[in-house]
Amino acid sequence: MRADTTSAQAAFARASDYLERQPLVANHRPLSWITDHVCRIVEQPAPMWWWISTIIFGAVAALTPAMLTYLVSTGVGVWGLNVPVCWAWDITNFVFWIGIGHAGTLISAILFLTRQKWRTSINRSAEAMTIFAVICAGIFPAFHVGRIWFAWFLFPIPNANAIWQNFRSPLLWDVFAVSTYFTVSLIFWYLGLIPDLASLRDRATTRFRQMAYGLLSMGWRGSNRQWTHYEKAYLVLAGISTPLVLSVHSVVSFDFATSVVPGWHTTIFPPYFVAGAIFGGFAMVLTLLIPFREIYGLHDLVTDKHIDNMCKIVLLTGSLVGYAYSMEFFIAWYSGNPFEIYAFTNRAFGPYWWAYWSMITCNVVAPQLFWFKYCRQNPWVVLAIVMFPNTGMWFERFVIIVTSIHRDFLPSSWGYFSPTWVDITLFIGTIGLFVFLFLLFVRFLPMITMFEVKNVTPQADPHHHTGNHHSAAKAHA
Amino acid sequence: MSQPAPTLYGLGAEFSSATDLLHAAEKIHALGFRRWDVYSPFPIHGMDHAMGFKRSRVSLFSLLGGITGLSTAFALIYYTSALNYPLIVQGKPYFALEPSLPIFFELTILLTAFGTIIGLLLLTLMPRLHHPVFNWDRFKRVTDDGFFLVLESADPRFQSEESRKLLGEIGGSHISEIYQDPELIPHPARPEKEFTA
Repeated sequence: MRADTTSAQAAFARASDYLERQPLVANHRPLSWITDHVCRIVEQPAPMWWWISTIIFGAVAALTPAMLTYLVSTGVGVWGLNVPVCWAWDITNFVFWIGIGHAGTLISAILFLTRQKWRTSINRSAEAMTIFAVICAGIFPAFHVGRIWFAWFLFPIPNANAIWQNFRSPLLWDVFAVSTYFTVSLIFWYLGLIPDLASLRDRATTRFRQMAYGLLSMGWRGSNRQWTHYEKAYLVLAGISTPLVLSVHSVVSFDFATSVVPGWHTTIFPPYFVAGAIFGGFAMVLTLLIPFREIYGLHDLVTDKHIDNMCKIVLLTGSLVGYAYSMEFFIAWYSGNPFEIYAFTNRAFGPYWWAYWSMITCNVVAPQLFWFKYCRQNPWVVLAIVMFPNTGMWFERFVIIVTSIHRDFLPSSWGYFSPTWVDITLFIGTIGLFVFLFLLFVRFLPMITMFEVKNVTPQADPHHHTGNHHSAAKAHA
Repeated sequence: MSQPAPTLYGLGAEFSSATDLLHAAEKIHALGFRRWDVYSPFPIHGMDHAMGFKRSRVSLFSLLGGITGLSTAFALIYYTSALNYPLIVQGKPYFALEPSLPIFFELTILLTAFGTIIGLLLLTLMPRLHHPVFNWDRFKRVTDDGFFLVLESADPRFQSEESRKLLGEIGGSHISEIYQDPELIPHPARPEKEFTA
């Protein structure tokens, strides 16, 4: 009888351990530990690996201006695109990069509005990723116009032709959507940085650091008269960023969906593009965070639970894009339109079959591994799996763009696109630029939002009684 | 040689936790102080209520920004497409609501963001790189793990000795005077230099 009671108690203890939400900051770290652990990354001398990788990726990033100079001085003919494939790697890369940015805004805005407190330790680096991805994205549409020196025609500035922009064109909507997205993301990111820059200012040991971080933090002193307005401003920005992030990729998808090209002209595009963007973006967040978490020992801040949550989002959005892929085929068949049916049959079984099936494998099949807890709990397995969505989302855009236009309505205007070395080198250059900017960010700015992480610790709750961690954890979860 | 007396900005006290600071703020507010503030590494839930703040007005600036954005977008599209140079493109009307919506939306968002930031900077009086509270050496911990309450000497209820006692009673420690012009008082780090002139 007694043995029964103890075993029942043990089972109950196990169950309550299991049901108890894991704390967002592991090991009950004090507030000063958080400040110290995050600021140390910026304050200590740069480690050797940082110099080596920054020099390597900086050199790769230099390929971007080099290739752009070659492109502009010679002409767009150095890219492999030509009639009928007039959009190829340029727009593929544009949509790829802009999509990656979306996870950052999703984490910072949508998860904020839905009170997902686990976002706090990953939002800063995800937002930084957004900004760098949008920088990489902006390069392609700007240069694909051909005569870059006329790119200012995109903006409503009175010009010698006396003619205005065509506001009915989705390409112009894109200009407004992407530039607004970049500006608002930058403002949101900077707003979040202010209190943490003040932390770096107050810990500065040299006059230069104190001045630099002091200027950047604009004299922040953490008074409640500042916090009350700060929190409202943050809430408003989160509120407007939420529809903004959903609109940006919708507008990007309008570039295709408002055309009459079979394979592009579908109403499913806006939600399908947004789901794909979040999918690819979360994969990229995981790709960047897992190595830095290991290098800087941030396991107590970016816990296994965070990784687990992000894997679940990758699984969800990966399945959503899988649904969208199959629904496209269904609608093509259901439409009864021979051109529509042909566009999709050609996509899967035509000359670009390899791209299509790479996309399916990477985006639909690979994330299904995240159904298994083992795959979500082991960071290195996660890192290996998210490489598939990273690749697959590039293939998705390539498949949508190139396979839809390489066979025009008349067989006389059929073609096959192959990239040139300039296409390939420029894309590699933007990958280098992206990683290079991220390495600089990690070195000079706090990569974890300290004040928000402190705010989700039990000791930050004014109704918390010290010594009773269990109730506090429950109240906070 | 006579030293000009340093001007007192206020009295600062340190508290051990967010909970203590919240309770202290409730008491100071109840006593009717007006010119005072609390300082913490993160926003404390319930502090606005404890200090008797009303809703922040930042959202008003956001609204103004949003209205400006929407009307700018409408004026821009209508003027350029329907008034200044009407041009038929693909047989579509010069101005219609549907194709204008994306740009209406984007400019509304953009100017709402600008309005929010301008509102925040105006209401918090930022950037302000210097402030007397920075003269208090313990204050550096405010962005780490320090919780502070500062009573300004400009408050009509402020009385140096009694206020010091009050801060002690409500649980404050390390109670110190904060001066407007710290170069007039001896500083441990730079002892004589300032006073020889």
